[in-house]
Amino acid sequence: MFETLILMLDATMRVSTPLIFAALAGLFSERAGIVDIGLEGKILGSAFAAAAAASIFGSAWIGLFFGIAASISLAMIHGFACITHRGDHIVSGVAINTIVAGLTVTLSMYWFGMGGQTPTLSGDERFLSITFPFADALADVPVIGLIYSELLSGHNLLVYLAFAMVPFTYWVIYKTRFGLRLRAVGENPHAVDTAGISVAFLRYRALIICGILCGIAGAYLSTAHNAGFLKDMSAGKGYMALAALIFGKWRPVPVLLACLLFGFLDAVAIRMQGVVIPGIGEVPVQAIEVLPYVLTVLLLAGFIGKAIGPKAVGRPYVKERA
Amino acid sequence: MSQAKVPAWVNIALIPFLNIMLAFIVSGLVILAIGENPLEAAGYLIYGAFGYDEGVGYTLYYATNLIFTGLAVSVAFKGGLFNIGGEGQAYIGGLGVGLVCLAFDQTMPFYIIAPLAIIGAAAFGAGWAYIPAYLQARRGSHIVITTIMFNFIASSLMVYLIVNWLKEDGRMAANSRTFEESAWMPYLHEMLSPLGIDIGTSPLNFAFILALIFCVLVWGLLWHTRWGYQLRTLGTSPSAAQYAGIDTAKVTIWAMMISGGLAGFVGINEIMGVNHSLLLNFTAGYGFAGIAVSLMGRNHPIGIIMAAVLFGALYQGGSELAFEIPTITPEIVVVIQGLVILFSGALEHMFKDRIEGFFIRRAVA
Repeated sequence: MFETLILMLDATMRVSTPLIFAALAGLFSERAGIVDIGLEGKILGSAFAAAAAASIFGSAWIGLFFGIAASISLAMIHGFACITHRGDHIVSGVAINTIVAGLTVTLSMYWFGMGGQTPTLSGDERFLSITFPFADALADVPVIGLIYSELLSGHNLLVYLAFAMVPFTYWVIYKTRFGLRLRAVGENPHAVDTAGISVAFLRYRALIICGILCGIAGAYLSTAHNAGFLKDMSAGKGYMALAALIFGKWRPVPVLLACLLFGFLDAVAIRMQGVVIPGIGEVPVQAIEVLPYVLTVLLLAGFIGKAIGPKAVGRPYVKERA
Repeated sequence: MSQAKVPAWVNIALIPFLNIMLAFIVSGLVILAIGENPLEAAGYLIYGAFGYDEGVGYTLYYATNLIFTGLAVSVAFKGGLFNIGGEGQAYIGGLGVGLVCLAFDQTMPFYIIAPLAIIGAAAFGAGWAYIPAYLQARRGSHIVITTIMFNFIASSLMVYLIVNWLKEDGRMAANSRTFEESAWMPYLHEMLSPLGIDIGTSPLNFAFILALIFCVLVWGLLWHTRWGYQLRTLGTSPSAAQYAGIDTAKVTIWAMMISGGLAGFVGINEIMGVNHSLLLNFTAGYGFAGIAVSLMGRNHPIGIIMAAVLFGALYQGGSELAFEIPTITPEIVVVIQGLVILFSGALEHMFKDRIEGFFIRRAVA
């Protein structure tokens, strides 16, 4: 029983990692007042760019670099539409998701000709798991041994980075001048503008951070969690991250907990496949799979707490000209 | 700046045309980047879509789905609501169609099943849109987020229902039994052949005529009824609507339900018209494509028909293109779709302000 739980938590960490990166990416963007439906597209775009570059250059790090670059480019298109041209944030996000869904398949067919996949990555082309010192030696120690060797040790670098990003995000958002301005621009851009700070520049910087984090999420999917790019491999993770962002009420630590909860539900769904619970019968996997979405809907509707986003989110900022 | 001085054709024709051309030029650059000739590709595309009878049939068959989802998005849009859940509503609408067909196909004739299936599609699609609409109108949750969530919930629900309840016994494939012919929408080529008209064999069926009828109905509803006026007022200025005594919550809920019902008709075309059984993922992105169609068609039924035929041509021509030039995948059509959403939706102000400014200055001078 204990071992099963540890294994499920272990799986939770792996599944939650891209959600954490993407949800924090959304946090930076939405806290600055830019709605980002395009998380999904950025993850997918980065996953493709990272796998393609890793395969061509033979290095996961170069893959990560290209993944981030691709994701930032997409974030800049979003910024160009939403900030510079005051376009609709949702429409722009849908556009980015659609373009990426088509473009990744088109380009991978052109470069690799494998039905929309990249070649399987191996060795240095992937982020491999890191074994902590003495993990094998301690594995037999009761309780602690299993936690140390299974749960904590044996993940790849990006998993640890995801968890490290949470306190870092907290620090940036709440403890730095940039973070204060970022939050202000999402709540009341006029006040920020009056203080002589450029709303547009601030929002562009928020989107660059958003791009970097989504880029890591995508690279994780294709070069760490899996060994290559598959068509539509983001499979709704961007939307689920968006749900986690709302579920965590746009705050770093609650967002992390929401990501872990959603990741855990995913691990449960996989394990519950075909399991019969006495008295209830077989719980359909789909019922567990939809829980994150149902919970988010309930939260948004105010049935379990209340989710109130940044005040100026989604509204283009028009500088008044006297 | 007064809008009145800008000639009507600028907004109706020139700006949409420029936006679409920009989308096509960028798509052409993509094709150029993968080492193919965009003009040659366009040639295959146009021939595949319009060059022969069967091609035209396929183009209009794809357009049928896009008219339905395009109308769905535009009705909500007119009320200032972004219904991004067309995909889920179409999926559940198809469930309504499927259940009607499975229940009555062995006992009832076509002329009873068809109206019931149409009602089923509308009711299920509208019902699926009702919950997000209610939550938006009465509990203040954001319609975009809820409809996205409902797409995922719809998808899981359909997998569960089809795999556990509706799947044919003893078969591996996740789809229901094939309906009896009494529950098949007649193909247009079969309807027209007694009249001596040969249009070639294609999946084009009576649902296309239904789509055109609904274009007229939506046009009437939006521009020639009191409710339509209320909806457009709400979309233009929610505070003005409130001040005029319009029950905005009620209008919101009805707009979303009509939107969901229209999306549900995709099921008539796909389930009753072509597949003749209930199956997984028949919506195939038409709900999202409806956003592009609606944006390009400027939320007007005539524009939507034109945009739907254009996208239908891209779908059909895209398959032809992929056949002729194997390095180009049919997914290039998805790229074009995305670029259309980008240029005629998100970047609509890029040209608009400048061009309008130009015409205003000319009018003043």
